[in-house]
Amino acid sequence: MSTVTHDDKHDVEDAGKRDFLYIATGAVGAVGAALVAWPLINQMNPDASVKALATVEVDLAPIVEGQAVILKWRGNPVIIRHRTKAEIELAKAVKMEELVDSVARNANVKDGDAATDENRVVGGKQQFLVMMGVCTHLGCVPQGNLGDYGVVEGSAKTGGWFCPCHGSHYDTAGRIRKGPAPENLHVPKYQYLTDTKIRIG
Amino acid sequence: MSGQSNYIPTSAVGKWFHERLPIYALLKETAIDFPTPKNLNYWWTFGGILTFMLLSQIITGIILVMHYTPQVDLAFAAKEHIVRDVNYGWLIQKLHEVGSSMFFMAVYIHMFRGMYFGSYKAPREVLWMIGVLIYLVMMATAFMGYVLPWGQMSFWGAKVITNLFSAIPLVGESVTTWLWGGYSVDNPTLNRFFSLHYLLPFVLAGIVGLHIWALHVPGNNNPTGINHKVGQDTVPFHPYYTAKDGYALALFMLFFAFWVFYRPDFLGHAINYEKANALVTPLHIVPEWYYLPFYAILRAIPSKLGGVIAMFSSILVLFVLPWLDTSRVRSGNYRPLFKGFFWVFVVVCGVLCFLGSKPAEGTYVIWARICTAYYFAHFFIILPLIGLLENPKPVPSSISEAVLAKRSNLKLAPAE
Repeated sequence: MSTVTHDDKHDVEDAGKRDFLYIATGAVGAVGAALVAWPLINQMNPDASVKALATVEVDLAPIVEGQAVILKWRGNPVIIRHRTKAEIELAKAVKMEELVDSVARNANVKDGDAATDENRVVGGKQQFLVMMGVCTHLGCVPQGNLGDYGVVEGSAKTGGWFCPCHGSHYDTAGRIRKGPAPENLHVPKYQYLTDTKIRIG
Repeated sequence: MSGQSNYIPTSAVGKWFHERLPIYALLKETAIDFPTPKNLNYWWTFGGILTFMLLSQIITGIILVMHYTPQVDLAFAAKEHIVRDVNYGWLIQKLHEVGSSMFFMAVYIHMFRGMYFGSYKAPREVLWMIGVLIYLVMMATAFMGYVLPWGQMSFWGAKVITNLFSAIPLVGESVTTWLWGGYSVDNPTLNRFFSLHYLLPFVLAGIVGLHIWALHVPGNNNPTGINHKVGQDTVPFHPYYTAKDGYALALFMLFFAFWVFYRPDFLGHAINYEKANALVTPLHIVPEWYYLPFYAILRAIPSKLGGVIAMFSSILVLFVLPWLDTSRVRSGNYRPLFKGFFWVFVVVCGVLCFLGSKPAEGTYVIWARICTAYYFAHFFIILPLIGLLENPKPVPSSISEAVLAKRSNLKLAPAE
């Protein structure tokens, strides 16, 4: 550049202008890339039609004591079990320090509340245990009346869940007791519409 | 290895084209004249076999897509439609499905060969690391492909593997929801896996290009592990290794054909002939055989996050392998101590593969823990230590000397 017959002042001005254009273009490019990246990334999150399937209503009356039903809510199984008195007693007898995860994991109580049997259900209705059939380890469906923490009556076992994938045992309140799963089975948000009817979601 | 080609176009048209796009010169230099050590054994033919397998998977895959529908209500039926109705669909679908197993079998032999002959050592570290990257992308591609038939094992395999990401502290749940496009594996998941399963093989082809580029800078390693001298130790790639690779490939295709025609379902799972059901987990879910060692490691650790970390580490450790092996001798042929430990390591990988296929209970868990501990010990304790402790055998001063010594031994053999 030195051999060209520009005067010095012009050169300096020119350099400033180039620096400005260089930095400005780079900045616009970086901000632009970030702005465009967000829609490209966010499109993978649940879409409106998936979110629209947010609630499901269930009549609990036909579920007799000792019976469990599984239904699908937002693509996942929900387990509803009408627990026997023995199952409830067994769950209540467990001390908090025996639990692997002492947090209720119930969307209907305060975050961090203790995992007592009362805090695993809603509205004091101890007999109905409603929870996600999604193992908190890697998402398989735990199988009912299996595992080491059910009520044993002779050769029969009632209550308790066992995940066949990697061997997690849950007790009669759906709390993790043994195996690789880190948390109790999650209780989804639900409310009683009548005495025997709930809405999940 | 530039400058090895002595290509001079002879025709006027050739000269005209060469001045505008010297592509034939590049081909001649990299695939015809390329100086290759003259002592490569058959373990070295798996690079070519792998290239063929990638091509085969891409071709059969593109054909399958012509008849497939990535929708949860139709996908399972679409696969059966391909097998039963499409002309030669039974053949093309099985070539693709069995092909993935053949692809992995070849890649494992290729990797173990690299480990035995020290092909990851300077100056080939980047070549090796690109290879590990290829392996990782292969695993992701095969995983997403396995979901597409939408059988029970497809669905639950997808759910368990995507759930691995939920182990990430704080953001784990958001990440899995984002991966699924919902609250479970469902139609959005199938759609995006289909899209990525179509894309990734072409990404693989690109990385394979880099792998070959990185190979052509130092040239091939060889069974002696010593550097070759161009000319006295090498032969041109064509026709010597095109013929040798071709012969091995023909044998490999016989093996491939045996599975496709006589045991088409042996490497898969019967339960995948049942349509995906989000409410019922199969009693015993296992991944495809080529993931089993890592699955065994995942289950060996009695903690969710710990298991996930151990599983990913068991693959990622391969990236730093060039710096864990402290020995300056490349080839295992001249490393008496290493040779033993190498085969123990191969057996441990095999045992892990077996344990991954078994339910995680009783003695299986104990053995999985022992083998997992050994797997990591091999990389972090045994390899660094034996490099320092062992007394390597003297390496030959040149490849020619090694080859000639072997030949004179052979001649002596009848006299013994």
